[in-house]
Amino acid sequence: MTTMFTPDHEWINIEDHEAAVVGITLHAQDALGDIVFVDLPEVGRTYKRGEVVGVVESVKAAADMYMPAEGEVVEVNEALRADPALANRDPMGEGWFFKVHVTHMEQFDELMDPPAYDALLKKL
Amino acid sequence: MSTDLSKTPLHDLHAELGAKMVPFAGYAMPVNYPAGIIAEHKQCRDSAALFDVSHMGQLRLVGDDAARALEALVPVDVVDLGLHKQRYALFTNPSGGILDDLMITRREGDLLVIVNAACKAADTQHLITHIGARCTVVPLPDRALLALQGPKAVNALSRLEAGVARLTFMTGGAFRLAGADCYVTRSGYTGEDGFEISVPADQAVALAMALLREPEVKPAGLGARDTLRLEAGLCLYGHDIDSKTTPVEAALTWAIQKVRRPGGARAGGYPGAAVVEAQLASGAPVKRVGLVGLERVPVREGAVLVDAQGRRLGHVTSGTLAPTVNQPVAMAYLAANHAQLHHEVFAEVRGKRVPMRVAAMPFVPHGYFRG
Repeated sequence: MTTMFTPDHEWINIEDHEAAVVGITLHAQDALGDIVFVDLPEVGRTYKRGEVVGVVESVKAAADMYMPAEGEVVEVNEALRADPALANRDPMGEGWFFKVHVTHMEQFDELMDPPAYDALLKKL
Repeated sequence: MSTDLSKTPLHDLHAELGAKMVPFAGYAMPVNYPAGIIAEHKQCRDSAALFDVSHMGQLRLVGDDAARALEALVPVDVVDLGLHKQRYALFTNPSGGILDDLMITRREGDLLVIVNAACKAADTQHLITHIGARCTVVPLPDRALLALQGPKAVNALSRLEAGVARLTFMTGGAFRLAGADCYVTRSGYTGEDGFEISVPADQAVALAMALLREPEVKPAGLGARDTLRLEAGLCLYGHDIDSKTTPVEAALTWAIQKVRRPGGARAGGYPGAAVVEAQLASGAPVKRVGLVGLERVPVREGAVLVDAQGRRLGHVTSGTLAPTVNQPVAMAYLAANHAQLHHEVFAEVRGKRVPMRVAAMPFVPHGYFRG
């Protein structure tokens, strides 16, 4: 499995663990509604698992984004900064937030796989 | 969603339309439909949007002394209000704070009063306690309230009843719409031309469906209603005004007619008049202002406002990224000496200082039809 999920509705794709892609889930963007602003992390900074790494704001509300697995941010999605609604239109693709060089692979394995995340959504 | 929430007569229709329901003032209310807040907001600015506002309180005040009695609770000229004329008003408390804001319409035989959902129980009690001996206070729980708002609202509604097109802003009349005996006012809470329609609860769904069949009309939820009213510079009770803010601090002195001010024929005589009159004469220490953000980050309710040295100047009471303005806008209370137009202040957002500028309201020009 290369894509895993957090209980806070982030996803991380670890195909390349030196540049694992992180975004918010379809459910997260739907719950937030029209996304109008994103605050992206600092490139070059290391964030611990669970640390606030960004903010997503819709018309109605602001939500923190948490780091799924410890590592150094190596790239942020400038296209998303310019057009935050990308996270609504294509949250698992073009609407990605940042890439992280994951330094603690065991933390990745502790995340939810797609069936576990689907089960979580069913309970909401 | 908790099952002890009240439902409006349109509850099942909201579900059919795919609304996302949220608890609001004890009611399950649609925050948005599948189109989303921004699309619903634009629908209202460009065409026409239908809002269910049946959670709001509707009351009749009946009796020859009703207008004069109501003046004992509001700093507003009710006595001189002409037949089928509507006026904005405020219930004040003994400190001059605002207990609620409301709309008053003089009809044949009564005053129709529309109050906020969250305040309606307290307002009803307030009216009964203070003026119940002078007029009869009649709550109208069997009526729903629909708001049809937008530049094309008149096109849609006049297809149901041509007479509504003759109404001008802040006037009303009785009309039969889709077989229901309605009372329609040309007013609203979006800054656009439009109508608010008081309709018998059991005929509300039929009327709503008739309006939604008109090509100009789509449903809109409370989310869009909030962004629309904020762009229009209209206060939200419990946020921009409350029992601790006075009409002068809230920059609502336009709602106090000359006849109720010092020197006027019926000056004072409402709760907190001494406080309000002192502030009318020499100003208030704080003032409600509009702010426009100079960066893209939305600045929301609760954000602290500071000067360049970090000294606290006030706080934000409503704010978002405004869909029509396409910039962050906010309402805030600022120390009076910082409240002048174009003054620059900083909002603290997640530890950063975001520059904002005091701006004239409304942020989007009103589209009212004044005839």
